[in-house]
Amino acid sequence: MFGFLARRFATIPFVVLGVVTILFIIFKSVPGDEATFVAGATATQAEIEAVRVQLGLDRPLIEQYLRHVSGLAVGDFGYSTTFRGNPLPHILNRLPATLALAAAAIGLTILIGIPAGVVAAAYRNRLPDYVISLSVVGLLAVPNFWLGMLLIAWLSVDLGLLPSFGASGPASLVIPTLALAARLIALVARMTRGVVIEELRKDYVRTARAKGLSQGLALRRHVLRNVMIPTVTVIGLQAGYLLGGSVVIERLCAWPGIGDLLLTAVSVRDYTLVQGIVLIFVVSFLVINIAVEVIYRFVNPRLRYA
Amino acid sequence: MREAAVTRRRRRAGRRINLFLWLGGILLTAFAVLAVFGAYIAPYDPNAQDLFAMLEPPSAAHLLGADNVGRDILSRIIVGARFTLSIALASVFFAGIGGIALGAIAGYFGGWIDRILTGVIDLLLTVPNIVLAIAIASVAGASATGLTIAITASFIPPLARLVRGRVIELVQEDFIAAAITVGMGHTRILLRHILPNAATVIIIELSLNAGQAVLIGSALGFLGLGVQPPAPEWGTMLGASREYLTVAPHLVIAPGVAISLLVLAFNAFGDGLRDVFDPASNS
Repeated sequence: MFGFLARRFATIPFVVLGVVTILFIIFKSVPGDEATFVAGATATQAEIEAVRVQLGLDRPLIEQYLRHVSGLAVGDFGYSTTFRGNPLPHILNRLPATLALAAAAIGLTILIGIPAGVVAAAYRNRLPDYVISLSVVGLLAVPNFWLGMLLIAWLSVDLGLLPSFGASGPASLVIPTLALAARLIALVARMTRGVVIEELRKDYVRTARAKGLSQGLALRRHVLRNVMIPTVTVIGLQAGYLLGGSVVIERLCAWPGIGDLLLTAVSVRDYTLVQGIVLIFVVSFLVINIAVEVIYRFVNPRLRYA
Repeated sequence: MREAAVTRRRRRAGRRINLFLWLGGILLTAFAVLAVFGAYIAPYDPNAQDLFAMLEPPSAAHLLGADNVGRDILSRIIVGARFTLSIALASVFFAGIGGIALGAIAGYFGGWIDRILTGVIDLLLTVPNIVLAIAIASVAGASATGLTIAITASFIPPLARLVRGRVIELVQEDFIAAAITVGMGHTRILLRHILPNAATVIIIELSLNAGQAVLIGSALGFLGLGVQPPAPEWGTMLGASREYLTVAPHLVIAPGVAISLLVLAFNAFGDGLRDVFDPASNS
């Protein structure tokens, strides 16, 4: 297991280097002069030139690139106009809020998605199945930020139960989590339904039933174990959605994570900050995927020896 | 006699109408009609302000109510179909071309070309697609064109990977070996023999992608990175209606329902296509 972890973590720097290179190319092709922008609207030509030299923007592109990469290696993300310096501490400061939102969404997905899928399978082609399957189709079509707006209108404006924005305690997490998790819940419920229906037909379930286990017990003892594997797969595949979706939801609910910061960075054209946050998103994505693989090996013993 | 009737019945059951495909198809046709003839169907000019109707709830004069400057919401939804639908279709079209080209080249030629392309694709896949779209939209500018470029770019990597996988499967088939043996050129083999066989998978994926494109496009519009006001793009309308959530919820309902219906239509159409052409993958 440790060898596996070491091998997977060792790939992260290479992926990051690749992504950094692509981002560097994209953002260097932005029209407009970077030094003029950083210096501000009131700067004189001499001040602009001073900024250009100070930020190394007068050097050849390849040198800028090498300096950029070697800076990243020691945690220097460059000059952010928003923070007037290295944005990394500010990004890391906001990262826990985003991770908390993603973790809460995953938890809610497991808590609701799997039981919903099992119920739909157990009542296949009867009323509960129709209700759940229709909800799945609906949830997959609804934009998450709109769902969030409706939840705010209903839960915090009409009923006054929850805060409508900001981060003031655990109650603030409820609406963003629901809005973000809705799509995942639908995907996991659909996947679980399919797997359970398929598993219930298999021989081991018939054996369990033959030796006297009730349908419910066979489901809980034997089938559920096999449901975990595809669930973990779905969540792993949707890691990108979770992180990306959080950008929109954080803005809607004023949740102080890095997604909200990304949008601020975009609105003030702070491209250093944008690149830094995209990079942190990529690292989070890679770490989530490694975590998924670890859990995968945990729930699926066959993989441990493969 | 009776046997024949049974077979006929069975055959009919096998050919039973695909509900999803029809539902999706009919909805999409309806949206397409709105997109093309919207300006003639809409009861009002979508940008005409009527200060006496400001924030007016749904009424006989304004079936879906009026917005914060008294514009008719129904008219804006109808005319706005053009933006959402054309951005979704254009980005899926260009992503289709890009993804098919890259995937087919990587899968068909293999070797170092494949390694380079797969490497870049895998790198881009680690950037969450909406984050990539936001980053590109920030560079490409907040407009319908910028939005289309952003969504297209975020769709190409997964599509290229899908196409590459299918092409690699096909290259090993005997009929491709036969085509090479009789001296056919690479281009002809790719265009005439490989791509037609990969078409089903690609078309299904593109249809499902179109639904995603609508969601991402409206999210970017909502964030102010998409089509700019006063254009009646649905996501942009939702972004503008945020402040009125408490006083006039009807501003929020209509654009959201429109987006959801369009996504539903694309999803249903894609799922329906899959049921018809690729029943094996049905879980």
